[in-house]
Amino acid sequence: MSEPAIHVENLSKKYIIGHQTGQGDGLRHVVERFVRSPLAWLRERGMEKEEFWALKGVNLEVQRGEVVGIIGKNGAGKSTLLKLLSRITEPTEGRIRLKGRVASLLEVGTGFHPELTGRENIFLNGAVLGMSRAEIKQKFDEIVAFAEVDRFLDTPVKRYSSGMYVRLAFAVAAHLEPEILIVDEVLAVGDAAFQAKCLGKMGEVASHDGRTILFVSHNMTAVQSLCHRAVMLDQGKVVCEGNTAKVVQQYLSDVSRVEAVPLDDREDRDGDGSIRMRWIKVSGCDEDGVIRTNSRLRVEVGYEANGPVKFPEFWITIRDNESMVGLFQLNNEAAGGLPDTLPAKGVVRCETAPINLTPGRCFINLGVQKAGVMADYVQYATIFDVEPEDVYGSGKVPSRQRVMNVIRQQWSFEERRE
Amino acid sequence: MEETARQEIIIEAGKSERRYWHDLWLYRGLFYFLAWRDILVRYKQTVVGVAWGVIRPVLTMVILTVVFGRLAQMPSGGVPYPLLVFSAMLPWQFFATALSESGNSLVANAGMISKVYFPRLIVPASSVITSFVDFLISAVVLAVIMVFYRHVPGPGVLLLPLFTALAFAAAFGAGLWVSALMVRYRDFRFIIPFVVQFGLYISPVGFSSSVIPEKWRLLYSLNPMVGVIDGFRWAILGGEHQIYWPGFWLSALVVGIVIVLGIINFRKTERTFADVI
Repeated sequence: MSEPAIHVENLSKKYIIGHQTGQGDGLRHVVERFVRSPLAWLRERGMEKEEFWALKGVNLEVQRGEVVGIIGKNGAGKSTLLKLLSRITEPTEGRIRLKGRVASLLEVGTGFHPELTGRENIFLNGAVLGMSRAEIKQKFDEIVAFAEVDRFLDTPVKRYSSGMYVRLAFAVAAHLEPEILIVDEVLAVGDAAFQAKCLGKMGEVASHDGRTILFVSHNMTAVQSLCHRAVMLDQGKVVCEGNTAKVVQQYLSDVSRVEAVPLDDREDRDGDGSIRMRWIKVSGCDEDGVIRTNSRLRVEVGYEANGPVKFPEFWITIRDNESMVGLFQLNNEAAGGLPDTLPAKGVVRCETAPINLTPGRCFINLGVQKAGVMADYVQYATIFDVEPEDVYGSGKVPSRQRVMNVIRQQWSFEERRE
Repeated sequence: MEETARQEIIIEAGKSERRYWHDLWLYRGLFYFLAWRDILVRYKQTVVGVAWGVIRPVLTMVILTVVFGRLAQMPSGGVPYPLLVFSAMLPWQFFATALSESGNSLVANAGMISKVYFPRLIVPASSVITSFVDFLISAVVLAVIMVFYRHVPGPGVLLLPLFTALAFAAAFGAGLWVSALMVRYRDFRFIIPFVVQFGLYISPVGFSSSVIPEKWRLLYSLNPMVGVIDGFRWAILGGEHQIYWPGFWLSALVVGIVIVLGIINFRKTERTFADVI
């Protein structure tokens, strides 16, 4: 009974990338190469091409009934690990032992067909996720109730709103009854209320039914509230493992080890070139440098000019990455603080008040004017992520999908009998 | 699914073979649903709907009858020319549709393939089933044509399921190859329509295979559809349409080889589908 539900041993996955530069991978190219020189073609087939190890020597053990969070930056190997565990692709080396029925949820609504009705898609999606027909039938009413789409059951899902679509898709998945559930970033979709409902459902499944859950997310609050243990991956290796709070802390401090983003190579710039912005660095003002909802923001820009700069005017425009909505504009002329003349080479720094932004990605457009003339302008100079923070102390984090800003608030009531 | 309750899965490089056939059985429900989905969706948002299953073969029959029967004055072997054509079009259309549908099937379901596990063999197989529905519709049309010409088939018609099975195997075998190749080489998107168009003329669809000189018959039967079509004509038309048995067995052998190698190739490349699709 004490045998682990998931046992991963020295797991590696190699991808071949590049594949001979300049030569295509289409049939024509294969045939062409073969016709040109059959011998070389044969040799090439055996040749090792450029390799990329998405995972390298990963060991992992998950006990029955444990909920384990997998975190890491983009490209750390999280998705590859899940794909291997859910048997979508084969490992190059190593071995995985899974005890019990596995269901993986790497995407909501896999197999949904837009032309089919909600009812038909429930059956189809259930089958895709590995449920039998009898099982789906038995759960059908529960699924419909959970998704709150009963009125639209016989409407093709292409007419659904995106919210309804996601609700239905998640509802089917949530009613799977596997012993091991593998969940990727699926909760990133849907509105906040529904996300909370899904998290609740998952927590319930784990604690009541003793299921084993592997959960990948960028939402640290969700990971912390749901997972007993966390594993952090970086460049295909396990770099940190253990107590969730500890691992999340490690992750955040890693994320925040921000480096200056060089702008020298950017060709797509505007302006007369009399000033050149060489790099930009964005961080939070707290000690760990993480940018959270309540953080104050620090932006630093390194510049160079051919001589002292008179009446410089820096524009730092921060926009929401999804909607492109402008959030803030930092401008030294309006806010004051920089001297009238700057030396030919230096760093300007701007610190803000708490940004109060909901978690999500932002990007920055950067410009500098000299005496009213645009000297240098770089669009999309850098991006940064606002990490979720429990601003209300309730564990509920507002979502960027709904609003950009959070605000401190106090609620009260008085009774009136009129 | 109870049987899987305490199963243990071991995933290792190159060692998925043992469980594969077992999984194929477990996922039979998905097989059914995919075929059902494709059938359901096939004629959605069309005006005449399922009638397309009738219109297409009938129009092709008319054209082939005019070109080969009237203009080229090919021999019909004692049966009305439309009947000669349609009895061959029944397996041919099935093969052609199944080949195109299953060829595209894996790529069309790329989303599923890169997000969920299931034995991939299900995908091309269910497209063949979907095409089989069109085959059944056509079979009804053939029956109507037979009634129209007051043609009564001989006892050979009892062997029709056998030839249908051969057509099925030919379609599935070819579909396995093409779908697996399409994942890596999208060139097949252009090759398939060409093969289908070409095949209509090199297979004895618009004419009887008796026009082929005797000494070339065996060589001609290397095209597996020759054996299938001759079988259909023999079973339905009888009379002068005798089956050329050595050719038939050769066609059957070719189908067998295509399907076995097709499965082996499919299984071998299947594990990288999610990576290259």
